[in-house]
Amino acid sequence: MEVVLFYIAASIALITSILVITRTTASHALIYLIVSLLAIAVIFYLLGAPFAAALEVVIYAGAIMVLFLFVVMMLNLGPSQVAQERRWLEPRMWVGPSILTLILFFEMVYILAGTPALTSGVAVSAKEVGERLFTTYLLGVELAGFLLLAALVGSYHLGRRYMRARREEIG
Amino acid sequence: MEVGFIMILPLVVGAMLGALVLVWWERRLLAFLQDRLGPNRLGPFGVGQMVADLIKLITKHDWVPPFADRVVFTLAPVAIVAAMLMGFAIVPFAPGWHIIDLNIGLLFFLAMTSLAVYGVLLAGLASNNKYSLLGGLRSAAQMVTYEVFMGLSIMGVVILTGSFNMSEIVRAQEDLWFFIPQVLGFVVFLIAGIAEAHRAPFDLPEAEHELVAGFHTEYSGMKFALVMVGEYLSVILTSAIIVTLFFGGWLGPDFLPPIIWFSLKTGLFICFFVLLRAAIPRPRYDQLMSLGWKILLPITLLNLLVTGAVVLLAKG
Repeated sequence: MEVVLFYIAASIALITSILVITRTTASHALIYLIVSLLAIAVIFYLLGAPFAAALEVVIYAGAIMVLFLFVVMMLNLGPSQVAQERRWLEPRMWVGPSILTLILFFEMVYILAGTPALTSGVAVSAKEVGERLFTTYLLGVELAGFLLLAALVGSYHLGRRYMRARREEIG
Repeated sequence: MEVGFIMILPLVVGAMLGALVLVWWERRLLAFLQDRLGPNRLGPFGVGQMVADLIKLITKHDWVPPFADRVVFTLAPVAIVAAMLMGFAIVPFAPGWHIIDLNIGLLFFLAMTSLAVYGVLLAGLASNNKYSLLGGLRSAAQMVTYEVFMGLSIMGVVILTGSFNMSEIVRAQEDLWFFIPQVLGFVVFLIAGIAEAHRAPFDLPEAEHELVAGFHTEYSGMKFALVMVGEYLSVILTSAIIVTLFFGGWLGPDFLPPIIWFSLKTGLFICFFVLLRAAIPRPRYDQLMSLGWKILLPITLLNLLVTGAVVLLAKG
């Protein structure tokens, strides 16, 4: 049963991911990306990580993609952008990425052929994830915190300059 | 973890009927507060008005503007209603009365409310109209902002219970309802809930004075009805979650069955949502944002810090 569900979710994730890069309208590409993330959340759940699945939906599909959509709406792309995208997606553009992806694919098949199933099939609780984050992976959490703080200070700095210019403009 | 399939049909029908009744009830209650009569011609107390509204909406010409993105325009209202109905799956109405008793129930609710944002955003974007686009943009900024404290404000409840499971959260309130120790969390969650449901006074995505009707300007007929049903479902869902998290869910004195207690408390919060609309004017957009980031976020973080410290000290 789980295997069937896994293959369904995995094929949805693969198909939508391909659709993401072949769409010429930005908003359609984003909708497919959201569906792809939801499919990956289902895979996480099947692998025994319900907490990771919930966070995938709440954070990736629910918050980060909203910001992407926000930017697309701000840019207000029209038909000219669609034509431009279509020009960029020429057949010869696919050669380089395809070769690199093929190498990765063979590598993955080689690894999977040699090792048994990667998951233990035991559900990981939210508590365990939290404990690991603040013991084993503490350094990573702190580094991510630094990065976020830097982004916060940076955006505040940029926004302040813009606001000052605006204020002078208004007088 | 079993799924209560029997609950699904009554729940969907009940939630939809609830949304329909709420259309009439909101108008009556608002009229009462504003010293008017409201709809009172059709049937006793104007109850027939909701049937009349329904017939009108069903028989209206279902029009898609020629400049709109057809597929997305049609799917957006469905996305709103579907996400909201999914959110009801984790609400425990009484002991054992739930669709699924998920261990990550609270996170599931947050996930569904954050997915409902897409319906609003895509409706605004697909309408291809500047007022709709502005409404969609506003709702994106508003909902992303208020989602942050919505998630953080209920973490105090999670600390006190030690679980994301909704039934366990209710059972942990047998001695004391969480709105007493978590009063700050409750206030922030209530405000964030109103903003997430984009109800007045936080209905800036559809502010009719500036944006015609905001993100649903181009919608008519059943598609418009679905958008409105989504809004009312979100009011009902938010009230149910507030009751579950802070007001003891189905708990209450023994003379009434648990489901009645749950419905009474939820109904009280729905009335509060409606009356708030008549009581408070809409803030300006920048006021909404600074209220969120400068007042609510620090309060939430403080609440989280104090709750964590108290729980640690109590454990010794």
